[in-house]
Amino acid sequence: MSVRTAQVPAAPRLSPEGLLETPRERWIRRAERRGPLVVLVAVCAAATIASPSDASWSDVSSILGNNAFVWLLALGMTFVITTGGIDLSVGSLYALGGVLAARGSASGPWLAILLPLVVCAAWGAVQGILVAYGGMAPFIVTLAGLLGARGLLQALTNQGSTTYLVPAHSWFRHLGAGTWVPVGIVAALFAIGWVLMERTGYGATLTAIGGNQDSAVLLGLPVARAKVLVYLLSGTLAGAAGALGGARLGSGVTTIGVGYELTAIAAVVIGGTLLTGGYGTVGGTVCGVLLLAVIHHLIDRYLSQYGSAMTDAVNGAFLAVVVLAQALLERSRRR
Amino acid sequence: MPTSPDEPDPSAPSAVGAPAGAPAALEARRVVKSFGGVHALRAADLLVRPGEVHALMGENGAGKSTLIKLLTGVYRPDDGVIALHGTERDFRTPLEAQTAGISTIYQEVNLVPMMSVARNLFLGREPRRYGLVDLRMMNRLAAEILERYGVRVDVTAPVHSLGLGAQQMVALARAVRTDARVVIMDEPTSSLEPREVQTLFDVIRTLRDQGSAVVFVSHRLDELYEICDRVTVLRDGRTVHSGAMAALPRMELISLMLGRDLVAAHDGRVTAFAPDRSQRQPAPDDAALAELLPAGRRGRWGRRAAGPGDPGSGTTGSETTGSSTRDSGRAALSVSGLTDRHRLRDVSLDVAPGEVVGLGGLLGAGRSETAQAVLGAHPAAGTVSVDGKRIRRRNPQAAVRAGIAMLAEDRKAEGVIPGLSVRENIVLAALPRLSRAGIVSTARQDRIVEFFMNRLRIKASGPEQKVQDLSGGNQQKVLLARWMCLNPRVLLLDEPTRGIDVGAKAEVQGIIDQLAAEGVGVLLISSELDELIEGSDRVVVLRTGSVVARLDGDEVTAPNLLAALAGEGAEGAEGAEDAEAAALGDGSELGEPEASEPEASEPGRGQSESGGPEPGGADEGEGNAS
Repeated sequence: MSVRTAQVPAAPRLSPEGLLETPRERWIRRAERRGPLVVLVAVCAAATIASPSDASWSDVSSILGNNAFVWLLALGMTFVITTGGIDLSVGSLYALGGVLAARGSASGPWLAILLPLVVCAAWGAVQGILVAYGGMAPFIVTLAGLLGARGLLQALTNQGSTTYLVPAHSWFRHLGAGTWVPVGIVAALFAIGWVLMERTGYGATLTAIGGNQDSAVLLGLPVARAKVLVYLLSGTLAGAAGALGGARLGSGVTTIGVGYELTAIAAVVIGGTLLTGGYGTVGGTVCGVLLLAVIHHLIDRYLSQYGSAMTDAVNGAFLAVVVLAQALLERSRRR
Repeated sequence: MPTSPDEPDPSAPSAVGAPAGAPAALEARRVVKSFGGVHALRAADLLVRPGEVHALMGENGAGKSTLIKLLTGVYRPDDGVIALHGTERDFRTPLEAQTAGISTIYQEVNLVPMMSVARNLFLGREPRRYGLVDLRMMNRLAAEILERYGVRVDVTAPVHSLGLGAQQMVALARAVRTDARVVIMDEPTSSLEPREVQTLFDVIRTLRDQGSAVVFVSHRLDELYEICDRVTVLRDGRTVHSGAMAALPRMELISLMLGRDLVAAHDGRVTAFAPDRSQRQPAPDDAALAELLPAGRRGRWGRRAAGPGDPGSGTTGSETTGSSTRDSGRAALSVSGLTDRHRLRDVSLDVAPGEVVGLGGLLGAGRSETAQAVLGAHPAAGTVSVDGKRIRRRNPQAAVRAGIAMLAEDRKAEGVIPGLSVRENIVLAALPRLSRAGIVSTARQDRIVEFFMNRLRIKASGPEQKVQDLSGGNQQKVLLARWMCLNPRVLLLDEPTRGIDVGAKAEVQGIIDQLAAEGVGVLLISSELDELIEGSDRVVVLRTGSVVARLDGDEVTAPNLLAALAGEGAEGAEGAEDAEAAALGDGSELGEPEASEPEASEPGRGQSESGGPEPGGADEGEGNAS
C-alpha cells in the first residue's frame, strides 16, 4: 500500500513589467477612446476636399443651429447608458417640452422655461424611482414613459387640434434664434455634463454602476440615488431641449420628436459609449452627434434625389460598423 | 447532520476568547441567517481581537460567505449579535459597515473594469479641489500607494488591462487605505502569484502590527499556517472550533471542516454504492432502449444491440459491455497535462471503461476546474482523449460529440431548465440526433422519456410536469437521463448528490454504479468523503490545482484521503500516529514522475491570459445560501 505524493510546482513568476499593458492593448484602448474623433475629422476632411466650394459657413451654421437642441437628448442618454440603462422616453419628452414651453410662454417667459423643466424632471424622476427602487427594467419603464408622454401631449393639445404659439415679442424666442445662442447654450450644457462625468464622484458612480453594479453596492456607493438622478437628468435635458426647440419654432409642435430617442442612442454608441454600460464619455457623444449631423447634411446636399431614406440607411450602416468595431476591439483585447 | 462527538460546544469562542477586559475588535455571537427556509447559519460565533490575523475556515456551504456578508452589512442577521469593539452594531448597508471601520476584499475582484486604476482606487472618496475631482493629485497618490504594494502600472489605464493579480492588489489597496480597524479578506490569494502573496502577507503583517484585526479566508493551508494567529472553523452553519492556529494540526483542521471523525473509523457503509467493483450490476433492460436511441456511434447501447461480431461496430473501440470491462486496454478518458494558469497545473488522469475515478480535494483545489477543462468549458493547455482518440478542438460541443457528458455542480444555473417539462429537459441534448430532416418524432421521444422515467424512478406527475416543481433529487435524475440519452462514454459528475434527499441520493449512487457496470467511465467529484471513498475505484487527489496523490484500490480509505488532503504526505504526518502514518510509511513510490514533473510553463502564456474569467475557487464559490 502506498500513497504517492508529489511536490506542488511553484507557479511561474511575473515580472512587475508583466502587469503592464502590452503596447497592443494600449493601442486598442486609444483606438477605442479616440476613434469617434478620428472618424469625424476624416469625414469632414473628405467632404471638404471633395467639394471645397460647398463647405461654406451656411453649411456649418445650418448644421449647428437646426440640430443643436436635439443633441441634448444624446447628452442625457450618455449618462443613462453609462449606468447600463436606457431612456426611450426622451423623444416624447422633447415634444412635450416644446408644447409646455409654448403654452407657458403665454403667461411669461419664465414659466415657458420652468414649466417644461419641472414637468419633464418629475417625469424622469418617476421613471428613475421605478428603475432604482422598483427593480423594473429601464427598457420597459421608459417605453411606458414614451407612450405616456405622447398621450399627455395629445391630451394637452386636444389631439393636436390646439396649437400653442409663443407670443411674438416674448424674449423667450431669442433663446432659440440664430446660430450662436442655441449653440452657446448647448455647448455650455455639454461642458457641464463633461465636468459631471469626468470630474465628480457622481460621474464615477455612474460608471461604477454600469461596470459592476454589485461591487458598486458593496463599495457603499449611493447606487439607487444615482440611478434616480440619472433618469431625472435625462428627462430634464429632454424637456430643456424641447423648450428651446419650441422657442426656435415659435410654437408647440406635437408631431416632432418621434424616434429621436433612437437617434440619440445611435449618437451615444457611435461616440464610443458602451451600450452595456460601464464606460461612457461626453466628448465621444459630441463627436457622435456631430458625425450624424454632418452625414445627414452631406446626404441632403448630394443625394437628395433619394430622399431621407438614404440618411437612415447610411446612419444605420454607420451604427452597425461602429458596434462591430467595438466588438472586434473588445475581442482582440481579450485574446 | 448529527452532532459528532468531536464537535466542541458552540460557545467555545468565548472560552478560548480574548482575556477579560480586552474587547474584541469584531465579534459575532450566535448569529443565525436563513434564506427561504434554508439555514445558512445556525449558530455561528466569531471573535477577532485587535492585532491578530484570524483564519475563517469551512467547506462549501459551511456559511463563511454568509457570515462575512453579515459582518459587512450586505445581509442582516435573523438573530444573534454583531459587535465592533465591544459595541453592538446593526449594519444596514455596506456603507455603514465601512464607515464603522470594516473593510472587505470580496472573493470576486470588485473593480469597475473600464474605469482607470486610479479612479477605482479612489472610487467614492476622490480627492477634491474646488469641489471637483483633482485628477492630477489622484493619479499621483494612486501611483504612490500602488508602488508600496509592488504594483507599478499606468494608473490612468483601465483596470481590466491589468492582470488578475494586480487587480486583486488594487482591490486590496483600496480596502486597506480606508484606515480600517478590521479588514476582512475573502480568499484574496486565489488569483495571486506567489510573489504577490508575499506582498499581501507583508501588508497583512503591517496591519496586524498597527493593531488592526484581519479576518482571512483561504483554502490554502500553507498560507493559513504561515500568516494566521487564530482560527475559527465553521461547519453546517455552526462554529465547531475556535483556537490558536498553531495548536491545531492540519489533519484535525480538515476533519473538523469535513465533519469526519478521525478516531472512529467507519466500518458500516453509508452510501448505496456497491462495496466492490465486481458487484456492480448493469441495468437489466438496455436492449429495449437500443432501438429507441439513434444508431450508436460509440454508445454502449448501440453496440450491445449490434453485438460484438458486427462489422460496423467492431472498430468503435474495446469490447466494453457488462462487467467484463475491467481489463480493457484503452482508457475511456485519458487526460494529460491539463494546465490553466492559477487553476490547474499539469493534471493528468485516466479513467478506464467501467471505472469510477474519484477526484478529491478541498474547496478551491481545482476539482470542478478539472472537470470543466476536460469538457473544454474554459481554455486549458493539455490533451483530452476519449477511447484513445484525441479531441482536437477543445470545446464543450466537441467533447459531447466525442462522448463526454458532464453533470455540472450547480444544477440550477448550469443544468435544468426550470420552465420546461420533464420530457423537454430529458430529450434536449439528444434532439439533434433524434431528428430526421429537422423533425423529431414525438412518439419516439415519448418512448425514450418513459424509459428513463421508469428506469431512474423519476417521480413526477407525468412527462409534461415542469422540472421546477420537482424535488432536487428528481431534478438531478432528469439531468442524468438527459446525458444518458447521448450514450456517453465518459460521465463527469460534479457533486452529483449535493442538496438532494437521502433516498434520492442512494438512487443516484445506484445509477452511477449501474452506468459504470455498463462500461461508462465515471469521474466523480464529491465533497463527501464517504461518497468518494465508497463510490470510487481509485481517487486522484488535487491540491492547489496539482495532482498530489493517487490512491488505488485498497488505498482508498478515509485516513489516506485525509492525509493527502492535508498535504502531510511528503513531510511525514505529524499529527497522525496510527493508520495514516503507517499508510505513508511504506510509501515507497514517493514522487510519481508524471505528477511531480515541474510544470512545463509555456512562455508567453503568462500575461496574455489576464482577461480570463474568475480565478479558481470563485467557481466553486458557495451558493447564495451559504
